[in-house]
Amino acid sequence: MSGSFSVFARELKLAWSGGGGAALPVGFFAAAASMTPFAVGNEIGNLQIAGPGVMWIALALASLLPMERLFQADLEDGTLDAYAGSGVGMEGIALAKTLAHWIATGIPLAFIAPILWIMLQGPPEQVLFVIGAALVGSLAFFFFGSIGAALAAGLRRGGLVIALVTLPLYVPTMIFGAAALYAAAGGGDWGQPALLAGAVSLFGIATSPFAAAMALRMAID
Amino acid sequence: MAVLSYLANPYRFMAVSKWFALPFTLLGVGLILIGAYFGLFVVPEDFQQGDSARIMFVHVPAMWLSLFAYAFMTGASIVSFIWRHTLADVAAKSAAPIGAAVTALGLMTGSIWGYPTWGTWWEWGDARLVSVLVLFFIYLGYMAIWQAMDTPQKAARAAAILCLVGAVNLPIIQFSVEWFSTLHQVKMKAADEFKYPMYVVALGYFSLFGGLTLFNMRAEVMNTRAEMLMQRRQAAE
Amino acid sequence: MSGAGASSLALEVENLAAARGLRVLFEGLAFRVSAGESLELRGANGSGKSTLLRILAGLTRPHEGRVRYSGAGPGDSEEAAQHYLGHLDAVKPTETALEQARFWARYFARPQDVADAAIKRVGLANRKSVPGRGLSAGQKRRLALTRLLIEPRPVWLLDEPTAALDTEGRTLVMQLVAEHRAGGGIVIAAVHGEGFANSRILDLSTLKAAA
Repeated sequence: MSGSFSVFARELKLAWSGGGGAALPVGFFAAAASMTPFAVGNEIGNLQIAGPGVMWIALALASLLPMERLFQADLEDGTLDAYAGSGVGMEGIALAKTLAHWIATGIPLAFIAPILWIMLQGPPEQVLFVIGAALVGSLAFFFFGSIGAALAAGLRRGGLVIALVTLPLYVPTMIFGAAALYAAAGGGDWGQPALLAGAVSLFGIATSPFAAAMALRMAID
Repeated sequence: MAVLSYLANPYRFMAVSKWFALPFTLLGVGLILIGAYFGLFVVPEDFQQGDSARIMFVHVPAMWLSLFAYAFMTGASIVSFIWRHTLADVAAKSAAPIGAAVTALGLMTGSIWGYPTWGTWWEWGDARLVSVLVLFFIYLGYMAIWQAMDTPQKAARAAAILCLVGAVNLPIIQFSVEWFSTLHQVKMKAADEFKYPMYVVALGYFSLFGGLTLFNMRAEVMNTRAEMLMQRRQAAE
Repeated sequence: MSGAGASSLALEVENLAAARGLRVLFEGLAFRVSAGESLELRGANGSGKSTLLRILAGLTRPHEGRVRYSGAGPGDSEEAAQHYLGHLDAVKPTETALEQARFWARYFARPQDVADAAIKRVGLANRKSVPGRGLSAGQKRRLALTRLLIEPRPVWLLDEPTAALDTEGRTLVMQLVAEHRAGGGIVIAAVHGEGFANSRILDLSTLKAAA
């Protein structure tokens, strides 16, 4: 137990030291979402139709960015061997690392989401809901992503494989999260889709560490 | 020699499968031709959709097989996980391209059928079509993992993990897509008038799937053997 | 948490076989190492020394056979308290040497001053606030050695522990190994060149030639 917890604390520190941690995905998220008006036109009506959906896709893709290095660095420098050879369960390691990286990157992503929301003509009074939705959604994106990250940890061009493997797993969160955002934007009832999105995130947190651990044991084998 | 004999364990499989691969394939082709004849020439045209409904004889069995092939791969992956039997990995790997091909066939025929029926080539409101599209992507990811890994042992493990992850997530994906399509409802008429020719075609598809998978597996086993021989020869030099 | 004092400890290997890809590295391997003993693995490159160590560490699954630790705790177990030090030193570029040692102390639930003492022991006291990227290959290896000292574990599995080390560093490794054995510990190491004092030797090259 102390093993997983110390790994969690270490990863949190490592994610922020040397390389800015969240800066790159956050920058990508902002830049990708800002492309929307150039593609769909700057009429308020168009933006209100496309905005929440495009923002949600940009969040999913931004969450994929840190996945390539999530386990790769530890595999390359032997840290994963040291963890595995010491009798601490890989599930705990996978959970600790994914959670730490979500805190380091997922939370910053969620906190700039409302800025993009307002830029894309979303109603400002829903800003708190947008933060909440992005927190819940990015949890699912990070945890399902960790499966792909673990599977592709030993690959040189792992990023593309991770995307191909992971995106189908993003479909439920994509549907429920975007539906909740559209409901909020239109002043409708976002309760049901938001709850379903939350359920999918919980399922991801509960199951993906096991799949990731299996893949990591395969990677060091 | 113990290890080598373990690796070469598929000998019995090779001896037996030789007698099944071709007959299954031929039976499959025959059944498909018979079913197609009945479907095209014997069954009367659908009173609502006309002749365009006849594409269902290609489409529906393809959709069934796309699911069955994935279930087959999942079963093989479970076997590979529990007993670590190489042949199970070979089976899953061999079934994947065939599953992906029928999934693509199902998507294309669905789209062709959709144009006269719905007035659009692609209907996002149809949950079945959209779920199968996601399934197609899962097939692609599965095959990509086999391609990407540097050793066949690792590829087999990774692919098995991915297959199981996909199997666990498919019901959730299916549910979410159904929920999504109720938001964008499309009325769809199921064409189940002409069941029997369809069953014949479906039987043909499954038989063909069995035959082709066996062929693929045999090729895979022979490949492994050839590589083993080459490495042994190099080691002897 | 029995430490290195468990003198009844033994590591037993039965009928072990391993393959890399389709090539058999070794098969029918059997040996037993008892408390206080060391075993040097020797053999040409590619003879399977590293693979054997990874199998003993539980990282790689053997093709056949099993590894057993007896007397490691209550009853026999396949996973005894062991340390595995591979070719890679598990050194993070951004953390300082002391931070990394202290991380491992937390990881193994050991007090922080154990990490400080370990850093001194491996001769990194004057480099302790240098981040990993500023350490030389030999210093990284010394940092990796601190793991052995931070958490006392009866079995040490070392893959060429003296690689990249200077003369002084080699002497350090020899001392650590001798102390560990004196305390009833087991050392199994892949070695090139100079070996340990009165150690048993397993040559994987000749083993395969004999098979």
